[in-house]
Amino acid sequence: MSIRVINDKCTGCTLCVKACPFGAITMVDKKAVIDLDKCTLCSACLEACKFNAIEIKRESTGTPDIDQFKGIWVFAEQKKGVVQPVAFELLGKARELANELQTEVACMLLGHHVREKARELIERGADKVYVVDAPELENFLDEPYTKVLCRLIRKYRPAIVLCGATFIGRALISRVAVRLHTGLTADCTGLSIDPDQKILLQTRPAFGGNIMATIITKNHRPQMATVRHKVMKELPPDESREGQIVEEIIDRPLLTSRSKILDIVEEIEATANITEADIIVSGGRGMKGPENFKILEDLAKVLGGAVGSSRAAVDSGWMPYSHQVGQTGKTVCPKIYIACGISGQIQHLVGMQSSKIIVAINIDPHAPIFTVANYGIVGDLFQVVPLLTKKFQEIRK
Amino acid sequence: MNIIVCIKQVPETTHVQIDPQTNTLMREGVKSIINPFDMYAIEEGVRLKEKFGGKTTVLTMGPPQAEAALREAISLGCDDGILLSDRTFAGSDTLATGYTLAMAIKEIKDFDVILCGKQASDGDTAQVGPGISAHLDIPQVTYVKKIEEIKDKIITVERMTEEGYDVVQTSLPCLLTVVKEINEPRLPSLKGMMRAKKTQIITWKATDIEMENDRLGLTGSPTQVIKVFTPPPRPKGQIFETTPQDAANQLVSLLKDQI
Repeated sequence: MSIRVINDKCTGCTLCVKACPFGAITMVDKKAVIDLDKCTLCSACLEACKFNAIEIKRESTGTPDIDQFKGIWVFAEQKKGVVQPVAFELLGKARELANELQTEVACMLLGHHVREKARELIERGADKVYVVDAPELENFLDEPYTKVLCRLIRKYRPAIVLCGATFIGRALISRVAVRLHTGLTADCTGLSIDPDQKILLQTRPAFGGNIMATIITKNHRPQMATVRHKVMKELPPDESREGQIVEEIIDRPLLTSRSKILDIVEEIEATANITEADIIVSGGRGMKGPENFKILEDLAKVLGGAVGSSRAAVDSGWMPYSHQVGQTGKTVCPKIYIACGISGQIQHLVGMQSSKIIVAINIDPHAPIFTVANYGIVGDLFQVVPLLTKKFQEIRK
Repeated sequence: MNIIVCIKQVPETTHVQIDPQTNTLMREGVKSIINPFDMYAIEEGVRLKEKFGGKTTVLTMGPPQAEAALREAISLGCDDGILLSDRTFAGSDTLATGYTLAMAIKEIKDFDVILCGKQASDGDTAQVGPGISAHLDIPQVTYVKKIEEIKDKIITVERMTEEGYDVVQTSLPCLLTVVKEINEPRLPSLKGMMRAKKTQIITWKATDIEMENDRLGLTGSPTQVIKVFTPPPRPKGQIFETTPQDAANQLVSLLKDQI
């Protein structure tokens, strides 16, 4: 593996210098020179060069029999026997990709007493559901879940495996990809099929959303990706859809675990969990104190949404950490995000700037939150928010 | 108890901006820092050592300048620093990075707990921590917000979930990835800074570690970046600078079809 500039072809045009995200290329005597300590071999320069003057050599060590891998699989995450909405969203996308590849969509459903949930997955777009039902799988544990997924994937050889970028999904699927020795792309916001090569194009944000990158897994199978909540669109349930339910029996030794769950504690009762919410009303330093979050809860309740918070409000002890949106908290992309008294530091913006509609309410007209807002109200949130609650209440009736 | 903390040097993302002319990252004057999430892993690693005795080793893979990150970690209380730096590591995706770190940890041999930040602020993948434990075949708990107890080689921790948290028990050695809530990192002490200056950083090249060469760097990386681009900017918003009543009315009429 190596990168080099072919001096005969280099015209000194500097396109590669501009394209390099790592500042690794400089011009010396009108020829590009690559600083190997800075270069990460990301190949951005390769693409930018119009003269084929940069070359990266890679030796391939791929999965054998790559053409034998067929079908698109979705990991159907369940908690307490309830299939999580992100699984339906993934199924919607998988259906679309499968139509393009003319292949089938299957789900992996692991749990205890979850057999009857397989039908829901078929109604949402699955052609086949592999069910593994065992008491050891009732709640998520890294080891048995990893072993079961690897067993199924090795046996049936899907070409693509999708999983929600949830707390469980990110922990589980990273381990699975290592065991299968294949590529995994985290937190994709776009998935499509390359029309010529028929491989999965995985697009994701990096550098806190400042940059988007399209990533492929060319020589390894399956091609694996996690997808954030609320990014893909689920299909409405279709009761007439037909599909096959396959019960897989897994040997007990594969279900053993060195970890066990002693307790499951739920903290968020009054309002919905922020990663799954369609509408989030969020408060920051401008809320002035914990008691004032009541007005945000009222608005969230009328809208059927959840209450979020900036880091400032969490660090001040006004809201629990589980509500924190932003770089050190959760990344959310609801349909509507209403930021109240949040100035909009970059660390907050990276956690919510992919929301479909952003509303900002802030007394300071220069607050950076207004630069990402679709609608901004310059004013006192303590006046505006109750008015919004009242108004929405009226139209809800 | 011997602890290994895996860290990454990242650009201070707050300063990363796109040059509107060239559409590339403006790197000039961008400082390198320890990934913010790794600061909590360092602090927890130091606290474990203070409580149970033993040694905390900080490990990173990166270019030679990543040594600065290791020295900072030592100033915060870590004992040793190991830098994995070699041309053959360049271009590593998360699979190859996890493999390289895991093989280095095997070389270190004696460890009870491996700590990682929940994810790095530049790549945001959260894949390397679980990758390391998969390569080492040890148990893992991700998104840990509290270590409740360590007794008789059994550790009890709280793992964050969307709804709250799970109390999980597992056996040592294990790998934990930690979230911000787990602690409040201390500032470097004067003594620590002096020690950081003096401590000899160990640098390992690929040949210093027993591993398979075709699993390193670009060759060992199944994923490939084929395109990098700037996301389309958000359309310019509508700002209401009017009475609260009027602003609220306008906003509600704009949003009423969306809810």
